[in-house]
Amino acid sequence: MTTTVADHHHDEVPKGITRWLFTTNHKDIGTLYLWFSFTMFLIGGAMALVIRAELFQPGLQVVDPHFYNQMVTVHALIMIFGAVMPGFVGFANWMIPMMIGAPDMALPRLNNWSFWLLPFATSLLILSLFVPGGGPAAGWTIYPPLSVQGGMGVDLTIFTIHILGMSSILGAINIIATIMNMRAPGMTLMKMPLFVWTWVITAFLLIAAMPVLAGAVTMLLTDRHFGTAFFDPAGGGDPVMFQHIFWFFGHPEVYILILPAFGIISQVIPTFARKPLFGYTSMVFAAAAIAFLSFIVWAHHMYTVGMPLSGELFFMYSTMLIAIPTGVKIFNWMATMWRGSMSFETPMLYAIATVALFTVGGLTGLMMAITPADFQYHDTYFIVAHFHYVIFCGSVLGMFAGVYYWLPKWTGHMYNETLGKWHFWLTIIAFNVTFFPQHFLGFAGMPRRIPDYALQFAEFNVVSSIGGFVLGYSQLILLVVVIKAIRGGKKASAEVWDNPEGLEWSVASPAPYHTFATAPEVR
Amino acid sequence: MSKSSRQKSNRRVVGWLSLWVLGMFGFGYALVPLYDIFCEITGLNGKSATLSEVSAKPLEIDRSRTVTVEFAVDVSGIPWRVDRPEIVRLKVHPGEATTVTYAAHSLTDSRSAGQAVPSVSPARAARHFRKTECFCFTRQELAPRESKVMPVTFVVDPALPEEVKTITLSYAVYPAKNIVPANS
Amino acid sequence: MIINRLKHLLSAGTALVSMLVLWAVPASVQAEWGLNLQRPVTEIARVQYDLHMLIMYIVTVIGIIVFAIMFYSIFKFRKSKGAQPAKFSHSTKAEVIWTVIPTLILIVMAVPSTKALLLMEDTTESDMVVKVTGYQWGWHYDYMEEDVSFFSKLTTPQSQITGTETKGENYLLEVDNHLVLPVGQKVRILLTARDVIHAWWVPQLGGKKDAIPGFINEMWIRADETGTFRGQCAELCGKDHGYMPIVVDVVDESQYQAWLDGQRNKG
Repeated sequence: MTTTVADHHHDEVPKGITRWLFTTNHKDIGTLYLWFSFTMFLIGGAMALVIRAELFQPGLQVVDPHFYNQMVTVHALIMIFGAVMPGFVGFANWMIPMMIGAPDMALPRLNNWSFWLLPFATSLLILSLFVPGGGPAAGWTIYPPLSVQGGMGVDLTIFTIHILGMSSILGAINIIATIMNMRAPGMTLMKMPLFVWTWVITAFLLIAAMPVLAGAVTMLLTDRHFGTAFFDPAGGGDPVMFQHIFWFFGHPEVYILILPAFGIISQVIPTFARKPLFGYTSMVFAAAAIAFLSFIVWAHHMYTVGMPLSGELFFMYSTMLIAIPTGVKIFNWMATMWRGSMSFETPMLYAIATVALFTVGGLTGLMMAITPADFQYHDTYFIVAHFHYVIFCGSVLGMFAGVYYWLPKWTGHMYNETLGKWHFWLTIIAFNVTFFPQHFLGFAGMPRRIPDYALQFAEFNVVSSIGGFVLGYSQLILLVVVIKAIRGGKKASAEVWDNPEGLEWSVASPAPYHTFATAPEVR
Repeated sequence: MSKSSRQKSNRRVVGWLSLWVLGMFGFGYALVPLYDIFCEITGLNGKSATLSEVSAKPLEIDRSRTVTVEFAVDVSGIPWRVDRPEIVRLKVHPGEATTVTYAAHSLTDSRSAGQAVPSVSPARAARHFRKTECFCFTRQELAPRESKVMPVTFVVDPALPEEVKTITLSYAVYPAKNIVPANS
Repeated sequence: MIINRLKHLLSAGTALVSMLVLWAVPASVQAEWGLNLQRPVTEIARVQYDLHMLIMYIVTVIGIIVFAIMFYSIFKFRKSKGAQPAKFSHSTKAEVIWTVIPTLILIVMAVPSTKALLLMEDTTESDMVVKVTGYQWGWHYDYMEEDVSFFSKLTTPQSQITGTETKGENYLLEVDNHLVLPVGQKVRILLTARDVIHAWWVPQLGGKKDAIPGFINEMWIRADETGTFRGQCAELCGKDHGYMPIVVDVVDESQYQAWLDGQRNKG
């Protein structure tokens, strides 16, 4: 295949800061999102290092307990709402129009707006750490009555969540409109790349879940300042109701964080296995089933609040059901690799690691679904280990796979494979050194969200902290890789890889500023 | 698709999705009454039946069965001492109306007002535990150092599940503010 | 001290290799190393422990199979070894198999789980009741029929926390007034809180339960043996969440009565 799309006369790239401020180009906005996400990843990571430094030894050495709680809270909020969600929106911006043969997103001006809301929102959140009383310290789940006790920082957090929620909703609307209206002729729904499919499902989840969170935090705000008593037992309210509403959002949120990563690795694995994706149709249906089930399992996050037996049984069974479509996805990826002709460039390494380590997180998730056992696991380090295997290994490693996979398409240069491999191996080893021991800490009885711990937990915490620091600093390699690829390096061909599937590989590398001004023909 | 028809179709998608967003925001609020209804049906969180619901017709007394009722109280944020009934564990027959008294003592030299929030455990007993007279959710004012007797009259519905042998009625006493009963 | 720590570190390192360790190592050693759930001393905790081991075996086997197939493919089907890619992209038979088998495994797991849950929720026929109230930051215990009640707070001195003094054996797991319970009696625990949500958890005595302000929760304990058991608050409750431990002394009946008398005389 040769470079097929002729660049048009209007392919002029605006210059200077205004290019980025006023841009409506999906590639520019995608780039902004990705840089923003990476910045937040480093800031959130720095907070994680504060946590790991404090936990290196028993006793209080680095921070006071109140600040520790703020770090725990803000680390989670930044990583979830600042790093992972915008990161995937960045991928969606860059790749979806190119994958479906569209010239741009359906609503380019809205697109600009939804990005520029983000820096304001996260600035508010970081600012909250410096106001009197400090930032939010009730965990990212901001359970009342504890969150009602907090200072102005909690209000700033609530506004942050409002703005971030608005940004994600606008992004989701834009993505749905793009996928519904902008597909090239012949690009039927069941011909769409899986990344596009997982994103459209994610976008619907966002639209259904984010407004509910907005409602919950609004109630929290009025409880704090306007005398309502939604969650205040003294006024006839119920703090547990917040948990129900929160997790009605919170569980779909987990799949918002993971489904686009499933999409990315479904693009990467076939390319490097040189074999088409196994079970495309069941992959689409499995993703949809996961999305649907995510709305009826929320209370498995709160088995210990004292639910009636029937509730506990219902949520246990429905949670176990999720294992089935998730299993289908994992087996399909394995079947894609089976009898392929695999090579192991960095994107493939990350994709395999995503499948393997996400499986670990999925299996521990199955253990936690079992209500009686979860009475032991709940709110311990076992949970911390579990969701880092799911969110870091699922979402973040999936994103890394995507970055290495498409970086040549974005920059026009091959990345440095040696550095990429270093980044991979350091990340994988350090991650497991950090988080695998936390399973044992949880079994042994170490509660989560504590700044200090009893002596029997000391050894594993040392190991975990050492791993954490290596993991944190290894991420700087990615920064170097990306900057080097932007500045130069081996020229990438249009196809980049060995006969990859997808329209994005039919345009030149780097992708021209405007692609598919005339829609391609899809057969 | 032509440019204008695509724009129209975009507008339609945005319109529908925005409506959906608003609807979901509303749904978040709708969960509040829904949750209360759900709690009342399942007895989740020990929300017990309110006065208004108790039917006027007397329940049949089931003398073949006894249920132990325990009384507890917690005070927070207000300088009161609240004594629970003399008899901490009371054996009653389902259907039989019983009155016990809590006593509140103000420990401050100024006027104070509190209110009590009831909770019943186990949860599945909650909706069968009916209070016909209760000081819950109403403002209780005490003069400086005043003591006040607060009676509770209750009936255990004979429909109480067989396996429930003990019921706990617990009050949490808070400073009074504008109160909205949870299941009004 | 240092050698001991190194030894522990080494053991931690081996633990990292795989969950397989949990298969091979006897339970007593696991407890000492803190690799597995603490040794259960009540029926509920034992049921939880057995269920935990069962599901862990199941997921470990699943994990090993998945990893084995994946690594087999990685070594066998590499381009560098001249593997030629097959063309297939679906197989209804395979897809049905890997939908049905997990479903069956889930059913196998659901049965004992349901049984365990029914047992745990059965708070009837209890011999005594203790009301536990969480507050920022400590616990209040109320023996409702006995007119005995007291507060229970952390006793670890600040100097140990800041490190100016050597940390004691039960660092952060020691309190002034222990909860004392008689062995072999079914104790109904009522839980509530004064201010924010807490969670009462002694791992060896069974699962945790939230203590929620304005509401009352319940659970039950019947300890099979005497001893001292320690736990912690398990729900983030503010600044000193990490500093509100729980200590339970399980004693025989006569000691319990003597202790009760002592408490009454105090009051």
